[in-house]
Amino acid sequence: MTAHPAGPVAAPAAAAPRFEPSLMRRKLAGTVFLGVCLLAVGLLLLTLAVLLWDILSRGVPWLDAQFLTSGPSRRAARAGVLPALVGSIEIALLVALITFPVGVAAAIYLEEYATDGRINRLLRTNISNLAGVPSIVYGIFGLALFVRGLGLGFTLLAGALTLSLLILPVVIIASMEALRAVPHAQREAAFALGGSRWQVVRGSVLPAAAPGILTGIILAMARAIGETAPLILVGAVTFVTFLPNPIASGYTVLPIQIFQWAGDPREDFQSLAAAAITVLLVLMFVLNALAIVIRARLSRHLTW
Amino acid sequence: MTAAPASFTRRTPVRERLVEAFLALSAAIGILTTVGIVAVLVFEAVEFFREVPLLEYLTGTVWSASIKPFRFGVLPLVTGTLLVAGLALLIAIPLGLVSGIYLAEYASPRIRTVLKPLLELIAGIPTVVLGFFAINFISPILLKSLVPGIGGFSVLAGGIVVGILVTPLIASLSEDALRAVPRSLREGAFAMGATKFEVVRRVVVPAALSGIMASIILAMSRAVGETMAVVLAVGANPQLTLDIRESVQTMTAFIVQISLGDTPAGSLQFKALFAVGATLFLMTLALNLLSDRVVARFRNRY
Amino acid sequence: MEEETPVTVTTPPHTPSGTQPPRVPIRIVTGPAGAGAAAMPAPQPGEPGGHGEPGGHGEPGNSGNSGEPATTVRLEAISCWYGGFRAIRDVSLDIERRRITALIGPSGCGKSTLLRTMNRMNDLVPSFRLAGRVTFDGVDIYGRGVDPVVVRRRVGMVFQKPNPFPKSIYDNVAFGPRINGYRGKLDELVERSLRRAALWDEVKDKLRQSGLSLSGGQQQRLCIARTIATEPEVILMDEPCSALDPRATLQIEELMAELSRDYTIVIVTHNMQQAARASDTTIFITMGDDRAGYVVERGPTLRIFTNPEHRLTEDYVSGRFG
Ligand SMILES: Nc1ncnc2c1ncn2[C@@H]1O[C@H](COP(=O)(O)OP(=O)(O)OP(=O)(O)O)[C@@H](O)[C@H]1O
Ligand SMILES: [Mg+2]
Repeated sequence: MTAHPAGPVAAPAAAAPRFEPSLMRRKLAGTVFLGVCLLAVGLLLLTLAVLLWDILSRGVPWLDAQFLTSGPSRRAARAGVLPALVGSIEIALLVALITFPVGVAAAIYLEEYATDGRINRLLRTNISNLAGVPSIVYGIFGLALFVRGLGLGFTLLAGALTLSLLILPVVIIASMEALRAVPHAQREAAFALGGSRWQVVRGSVLPAAAPGILTGIILAMARAIGETAPLILVGAVTFVTFLPNPIASGYTVLPIQIFQWAGDPREDFQSLAAAAITVLLVLMFVLNALAIVIRARLSRHLTW
Repeated sequence: MTAAPASFTRRTPVRERLVEAFLALSAAIGILTTVGIVAVLVFEAVEFFREVPLLEYLTGTVWSASIKPFRFGVLPLVTGTLLVAGLALLIAIPLGLVSGIYLAEYASPRIRTVLKPLLELIAGIPTVVLGFFAINFISPILLKSLVPGIGGFSVLAGGIVVGILVTPLIASLSEDALRAVPRSLREGAFAMGATKFEVVRRVVVPAALSGIMASIILAMSRAVGETMAVVLAVGANPQLTLDIRESVQTMTAFIVQISLGDTPAGSLQFKALFAVGATLFLMTLALNLLSDRVVARFRNRY
Repeated sequence: MEEETPVTVTTPPHTPSGTQPPRVPIRIVTGPAGAGAAAMPAPQPGEPGGHGEPGGHGEPGNSGNSGEPATTVRLEAISCWYGGFRAIRDVSLDIERRRITALIGPSGCGKSTLLRTMNRMNDLVPSFRLAGRVTFDGVDIYGRGVDPVVVRRRVGMVFQKPNPFPKSIYDNVAFGPRINGYRGKLDELVERSLRRAALWDEVKDKLRQSGLSLSGGQQQRLCIARTIATEPEVILMDEPCSALDPRATLQIEELMAELSRDYTIVIVTHNMQQAARASDTTIFITMGDDRAGYVVERGPTLRIFTNPEHRLTEDYVSGRFG
């Protein structure tokens, strides 16, 4: 900072900074911290990479037609994920079917109808607190309500209902956000045409919010597919070699299958677990990609 | 129930009333669920405490639910849970906080658009997958070579995977808190000749502290309620220990153990499942409420 | 919107008096306009006139009344861009030492931008780009090897909205000294700074309370105290009173007058009375059709307000513009 005299008379001593010596140290602290940042982020990414590598390098070689088309077996070489895969897909579809109307309805009520501040706030806090309840507690509730209380037994339907309760807060929150993103002018225009509240919501607000809502539902499905703990409580642990019927007893899903195989210390079964994880991750990836595509597609059609 | 605007009320057809009733009912499902969960837990736990005195449950140091003589002192499960969660936080707080600070303050928009989805990816990994990672990599490969005398199941392995699990939570929530700090505060500090690091450390982080605290409490709640990763990594050995190389049993792992076995529905063990579930629910509820409160304080700040 | 767009900066000759007149709430004199011309931009080395006493300004090494150059900060042909948008076009001006310089002009003309080039605050805006030279006591502050941290320590800034840190009053004031490794007695420095900012009496019993617990005017004085505590040489103020009521505004203005004995102050204001009351020199900035800001006129405050050279200035100060 002393090297820039601007005129014939050199800049006076005032130009010489007074606190310089410590500045080097202060800057060094910043550089060190940035290093720590990069280290932390690097460690996270490394963990992710090792995890994926560990799973894929083990699992992918086991992925073949046989694996995808057979049921579990005591012999690793003949085991497969078909019942679990079908179970997962069935459960995910059921969860979507259940949470879609209920979740969207709740969101519409909270965003478009409820005007009483206190009730509204109570409902909202409740929903956000529900999102913090451990999933296994939902399992306990599902066991008491659906399996025993309603007498559904250890069926896929009971499992889907339990997961629906678990996922519902996520769907409601996502739908509320989608509804909130619809511009006010949209509503007012429809009201101005003499629409009733419901006509406005159905004809004008919902279509505009559809991409967001749909995306939320699909992402919720992806989450439901990965859930394990609550399903253990509502009975998805059986050694299932047949394709599940939603209302008959006996079903399994991918995470449970993974859990069973992962608990078996034999090398081959560890690989089976890795292969099943690969299938699960692919499934989740497909759902996520679908969500992105839908959002892009629909929002292009519905520009406002 | 809310009425439509006055000028419409008289003409509201029945169909719309039905629709509105359905909407309101759906919105109430959250409340019904909460009430239901509490009712179930209380009802079944009361059954349990008829046979096992509450005091014995809360202060007992031996938990033996499947081997006679049956003992139901919950302390080993609670300490096991807290040990795993504490260890997880020990890993996740520095890692998550530093990542959050990096994302909020240092990363360029381009790096952020790459990094955020990767963090979300980690957050979205099913916990059973992390359990597999623990049993298949962390315990036998990483820990075996680093920690002498460690078994296939350990608090350490559980702490690590749960730590991985909640790090993205802390990272993204504290990133939000940091971003909410008004730019004027940063500018004020910069204008006094603070370096970037000084601005972050002495102004931005302290200003976001309650948001950061809330994220940590939420992470704690997640860690306490975490199930599958813990079952696979920590094992099922309910003992009162502080040795992180040991296998213990957490509350969630006990619940899984009972529901996996063929425990008859009316038995004491089965009722114990609900008592432990109630304990777990209360702990996480307390943590969630605490974090809400901390966040609320944060909101009133500026 | 306006009739003419000068291509180059036109600054009328003027001479501020070499000695500081006593400052009263409404200033009367700054010296005869038009005597002893010093052309802007950047005086040519060989140019005759304007460098002699009294009060030739703008030339480093040209002493005022204490052996220092009269100019502290000087902008030489500055242009600023935010991305592709040019916010400032070719502005040259200089800031006199221990004077209060007011920047006035319509909203969006680039006053803040200009102010923030003087302490490199705009470096924090990623899309910001600058052409031209900014010197501080003759040193190019954007030059190689110059650290913006050092620049900002010597050129402090007070913002439009009071922005005390969410810390105690004491810690707010001690912030700058602490990061700069201040070795003296911190308590004394804090007290001295608060006294200078005319805040001490109001807060001396509650130094541990949060800075946010103060009223708006008190917060702004706290921010001034905080700035003084780092002992800058120049204090930039960007509409420091726009969030305050008239009483608090007057307090700040009195404070500025007091501070200008030791500090060079540059203030951006939308308040014509404030500029007229509180400044020695006024610079009027406006923007061209492309919304790029440029200097229309610069001169002693009294002259700018009573006898402006430019129609644009006249329209603006008389309230016919903006
Ligand atoms: N960070 C930024 N990014 C992009 N453009 C900006 C930024 N800051 C300012 N501008 C633009 O630069 C121009 C000058 O802005 P500046 O804030 O300097 O004006 P101003 O004279 O201070 O206005 P005001 O009196 O309203 O404070 C404006 O057109 C503004 O939109
Ligand atoms: Mg401005």
